[in-house]
Amino acid sequence: MKYLDEFRDGRLAQGLAARIRREIEPERRYALMEFCGGHTHAICRHGIEDLLPAEVRLIHGPGCPVCVLPSGRLQAAINLVERERVMLCSYGDLLRVPGTQGDTLLKAKARGADVRMVYSINDALEIARAHPDRHVVFFAIGFETTTPPTAVVLRQARREKLGNFSVYCNHVLTPPALRALLATDLSSSPQEAAPRGVGGVDGFIGPAHVSTVIGTRAYEFVATEYRRPLVIAGFEPLDVLQSILMLVRQINASEARVENEYTRAVGVDGNRKAQQWMDEVFEVRPSFEWRGLGELPNSALAIRPAFADWDTERRFAVPAIQASDHKACACGEVLRGVKRPEECKVFASACSPDHPLGSCMVSAEGACAAHYHYGRFRQAVTA
Amino acid sequence: MCLAIPAQVIELVDIEHAVVDMGGVRKTISTALVDDLQIGDYVIVHVGYALNRLDPEEAAETLRLIAEFSEVANHEIPG
Amino acid sequence: MSPRRETYARKLDLTRGCVEIGHGGGGRAMAQLIEELFLAAFDNDWLRAQDDCARLTVPTGRLVMATDSHVVSPLFFPGGDIGCLSVHGTLNDVAMAGARPLYLAAGFILEEGFPLADLQRIVASMARAARDAEVPIVTGDTKVVERGKGDGVFITTTGVGVIPAGVDISANRARPGDAVLLSGSLGEHGMAVLAQRENLSFDTSIKSDTAALHGLVATMVAAVSDIHCLRDPTRGGLSSALNEIARQSGVGMRLREAAIPVKEPVRALCEFLGLDPLYVANEGKLLAICPAAAADTLLAAMRGHPLGREAALIGEVVADSHGFVEMETVFGGRRLVDWLSGEQLPRIC
Repeated sequence: MKYLDEFRDGRLAQGLAARIRREIEPERRYALMEFCGGHTHAICRHGIEDLLPAEVRLIHGPGCPVCVLPSGRLQAAINLVERERVMLCSYGDLLRVPGTQGDTLLKAKARGADVRMVYSINDALEIARAHPDRHVVFFAIGFETTTPPTAVVLRQARREKLGNFSVYCNHVLTPPALRALLATDLSSSPQEAAPRGVGGVDGFIGPAHVSTVIGTRAYEFVATEYRRPLVIAGFEPLDVLQSILMLVRQINASEARVENEYTRAVGVDGNRKAQQWMDEVFEVRPSFEWRGLGELPNSALAIRPAFADWDTERRFAVPAIQASDHKACACGEVLRGVKRPEECKVFASACSPDHPLGSCMVSAEGACAAHYHYGRFRQAVTA
Repeated sequence: MCLAIPAQVIELVDIEHAVVDMGGVRKTISTALVDDLQIGDYVIVHVGYALNRLDPEEAAETLRLIAEFSEVANHEIPG
Repeated sequence: MSPRRETYARKLDLTRGCVEIGHGGGGRAMAQLIEELFLAAFDNDWLRAQDDCARLTVPTGRLVMATDSHVVSPLFFPGGDIGCLSVHGTLNDVAMAGARPLYLAAGFILEEGFPLADLQRIVASMARAARDAEVPIVTGDTKVVERGKGDGVFITTTGVGVIPAGVDISANRARPGDAVLLSGSLGEHGMAVLAQRENLSFDTSIKSDTAALHGLVATMVAAVSDIHCLRDPTRGGLSSALNEIARQSGVGMRLREAAIPVKEPVRALCEFLGLDPLYVANEGKLLAICPAAAADTLLAAMRGHPLGREAALIGEVVADSHGFVEMETVFGGRRLVDWLSGEQLPRIC
């Protein structure tokens, strides 16, 4: 598979890992956060951490749109599909995520609700065209990678004056989430000679495909305002290792710049057309709850009034449902790198992928779920 | 949020759709977000949409850099 | 004296006709369906006797019986259909005990309105699969449910076989130090079926690998008498099969990703959908666990058989009280091959 296999060369990976080991300065700590859930999944699935020296610690960030979706908003969708008897189309990721009482879209389907899994929002549009007598709701989630397709479809729906289609919009934004993480970081001074303590993030591995849309320019504030290096990394193991090497070098040199490792798909400005269409269709919500992180300002999107007829929250009553996470849930600390998944009291006991108590466990690339699924054998060694 | 794969454009269906191929698997996708695609171009595909072009020269350059950094440390790999 | 064949007022319309409620009623309509469709395809002495049961002669030895229900959707997919799948599936269950399959039974639950043309296609495919495997379908049953209460057709097959002397193959026999072998590439059946589902319109050359494995098993057992475990990695894929064996034997496993064969289109479609080939169903592959000393011999025997040409040594059994199945990735890292509780779902993240 072209442009995938070359970036998965095992020999080169070992070589990069050896290089990283050589360039590490022994008295330094390198706490690197990969923001994107997809990176978390790739790192865990390929066992990348095993190749890294102990001084490099990877912190799994909150860039998982399924994980940060408030359970109250998911529950509202479950209630909607049962109450209004609409057809609800959803990406596969959401089907097993529990709402506020452990209910899921899949369980609602078992009770007779018309819930359908789709690969693409375009499939939902086609279903709406094919069933003019039914209303089709598309459950939209995702960061800036997934938002442009939703914008394309909403423009199409308006052009066609499609009367039986709407989008339940839960799209979220990457830069505001990065800001929120940086603002609450234990120390906001740049890396100095003394090693940073636990909880501090020394550098960021930036998202791959969000960046194809928003461009590298969108991350400049991380370097200029918060004095942290950020390297945009492609998805494959060689990309991640190369990006770690670039971060290690910046940290060693006390630099804080935005660098781009994923030059084959990411530019400075991103995809202008996608950005224009997103701006045409969506506006920024003043505030939005992120499960595990709390209310974040200007961090999520709503559909503009011009597209009101295709906004599920305007077509139907979708009342906000308040929900709070379990008392023992430590997701907030895990998401900031203060705790590792295995340090949470309920990890792999009361909280597991089958019974997730908090955001980090609800989706395959949440920090806790990824560790549970791919890496929990490491803690069991002495048992 | 990021599951996207590089695929090659093998057929232009209309102004907003193309057939892409990855590893022998083909799919018709939307090209609404990327203008002026040609047969043979590579794109990044996410949920049935092309998000951006993939630049083969940059890909080659990245691989070259990786190999360069990796090469120097090769003698440290045991066996 | 052979029984008098009933003559019916009109032959079944196998081109445009559909299953009707009467076909399950036990009366002449049902008898006609059985005669003109099932008997015509499966034709053998047992069925021609038209009893409700089959009288069988079974060689001495330990008897193995297995049963499987088939609800696959779509009914027809590249490389096969529910018919041959139902034959292969049960033959393979019997074969995984090291047994030689001898006889099959087949039960059908048909939905009112199901096209007889499709039913004939399915039955012909079953007949071909049974003939090729040299295992007759000796008895069966048919029921019809009302429209809307079935998915076209459900098939249940049951098979019996006999285990040769000296063969003791069971999921609890894996021992630390044993070798783990896989007969060929992963994920073809599951991805072939998935690619056909509505809303997932991918165009691929992937064909189901559905096949009867008892011939391969016979070759393997003849080459190595002390095979400890055999398992076909169907639903849940290689991961479920190995995790189950690990649990029942009280051991762990260590696999090597680089050794596990997966064909490129399967890998590619898995990449598109965010799926892991280790969890995808296979219907023509098997896993074998044997003492380390016998691994080379067993591997050679497998590779000498048409269904085992790409057989590979993929790992080993280890002592592990947690029963973890771990894998060394192609990068030299390690990951768990976790036991999923449900099916994998395509993802966007």
